[in-house]
Amino acid sequence: MADYKALEDLVVQVRRDILRQVHKVNSGHPGGSLGCAEFFVALYNELMERNDTFEMDGIGEDLFFLSNGHISPVFYSVLARAGYFPVEELNTFRLLNSRLQGHPTTHEGLPGVRIASGSLGQGISVSIGAALTKKLNNDNHLIYTLCGDGELQEGQNWEAIMYAAGNGVDNLILTVDLNGQQIDGSTDNVLPMGNVKAKFEAFGWDVMEIKKGNDLSAIISGMKKAKDKSGNGKPICVLLHTVMGNGVDFMMHTHDWHGKAPNDEQLENALSQNPVTLGDY
Amino acid sequence: MKKYTDTGKKDTRSGFGDGLTELGKKNKNVVALCADLTGSLKMDDFKANHPERFYQVGIAEANMIGMAAGMTIGGKIPFTGTFANFSTGRVYDQIRQSVAYSGKNVKICASHAGLTLGEDGATHQILEDIGLMKMLPGMTVINTCDYNQTKAATIAIADYNGPVYLRFGRPKVANFTPADQNFQIGKAVQLQEGTDVTIVATGHLVWEALQAAETLNENGITADVINIHTIKPLDDAAVLKSVKKTGCVVTAEEHNFLGGLGESIARLLATQHPAPQEFIATNDTFGESGTPEQLMDKYGLNAAAIVGAVKKVIARK
Repeated sequence: MADYKALEDLVVQVRRDILRQVHKVNSGHPGGSLGCAEFFVALYNELMERNDTFEMDGIGEDLFFLSNGHISPVFYSVLARAGYFPVEELNTFRLLNSRLQGHPTTHEGLPGVRIASGSLGQGISVSIGAALTKKLNNDNHLIYTLCGDGELQEGQNWEAIMYAAGNGVDNLILTVDLNGQQIDGSTDNVLPMGNVKAKFEAFGWDVMEIKKGNDLSAIISGMKKAKDKSGNGKPICVLLHTVMGNGVDFMMHTHDWHGKAPNDEQLENALSQNPVTLGDY
Repeated sequence: MKKYTDTGKKDTRSGFGDGLTELGKKNKNVVALCADLTGSLKMDDFKANHPERFYQVGIAEANMIGMAAGMTIGGKIPFTGTFANFSTGRVYDQIRQSVAYSGKNVKICASHAGLTLGEDGATHQILEDIGLMKMLPGMTVINTCDYNQTKAATIAIADYNGPVYLRFGRPKVANFTPADQNFQIGKAVQLQEGTDVTIVATGHLVWEALQAAETLNENGITADVINIHTIKPLDDAAVLKSVKKTGCVVTAEEHNFLGGLGESIARLLATQHPAPQEFIATNDTFGESGTPEQLMDKYGLNAAAIVGAVKKVIARK
């Protein structure tokens, strides 16, 4: 049984980490990061079977691949707080000579990151490759991956989605961050996605939805159901309905904070809505 | 002057296919991915012998490159196969982010490079791929000259940890390098010794360079002929040593002069030992339909053109 109080405290602290990282360098992507804080906290602290030490090959553990690399602030915060690298290193986000590039990379040898991402649409393909290698290695662990909903506009995704179903890649759980927003506006306005659930089903995926994508218990129970569906011949898609900017009232339900940092006053306001729990870096 | 014998015309892509088959037997980590061109890439034997390690991805090259990058995580050595055009320009961003920038051990194997797709025309030919690949930090770029060398290179790159672009062609060409050659990535191969000019060639143009050297020899001109199978990293020492001796160089490649081997040599000489250079390469153009031989003639990629360039460059010494 999950210790929800501890996880909730971690979520609040991760929100603070996101806001402070982005504010310090006056750049980065707080909106989508905040929307996925609960998902990342649940994934790394409750759902994945993972080793505490980092090995690039990840044999004998579950692996996660972030496709929408711009939400690096939440990824870095959760990785650091899971013990992959010192939390203080979050101070170097987007700075010269840092391992914490604006978008994640393996180039600088950051523990926890197995592939670069940022140019959108490549994560599902990579995850399929990693999942197939697990099968060849007779390693029964799972591949988790996250992509954005706007990201599905990239055509490569559909090549990958077709491949995974056509070839029974059933050790793969793809979560789509369904927040309905992208840089230029709502996904409905920029390029309507239509019925994403029906599209995945038509491509042969086992699709489920988590309607409360910012609720830890809903995420954990939903993702555990997804895990139970693995190994049945189909790749699994979880549509996670999240609120962009969640946890900061003036950042919620809008694309305005997709790629914009708060000023000093806005930061104070946002942090006051998320008081320190585990301690700032 | 050394004598080189064509032991029977064979295609370089069969060298790749046979090398892959041999690798399949000796290296269990080697996996192969193909985008609906199994026959063209000569990957049938690997597929038949190792169906569990062969992945047919369909006409979806971007996904193929991403999958290959992912398959390295857990220790596999993926070899991707499709035409050179679809192996590079079509998937440049996927190679850039998921393979090169991420430092993944993927072997991008590209057939039908240059003009040799012949009658299919410009949409299926590519004369820019060496440039595209050599500009990627960390990418090794290899262009082999015949069947034996392509087979040896295919086997050798499996033992090298890092991204590799391996380029070869379609038609049957002279097979003249030793079957038992020790292929060393980044090491130039000296084919002829001479004092008047250095001819540096890669790919199908190496045989043409040897023919040119014979003709020149009959006219009293001796040429150093160097086979540059690895364009990046370039064997600077071998090229400099030769040019310091001969004082001029002709570069020959089935590629645009922009971004190709010739430019790499020009940069080396400009910074280390300036010397006159002539380029045998296409002149900033796309290809067109025609037989490979017709195209090589039309675009001036043959022994006669090399002889002409040598005479020009010697006059500029």
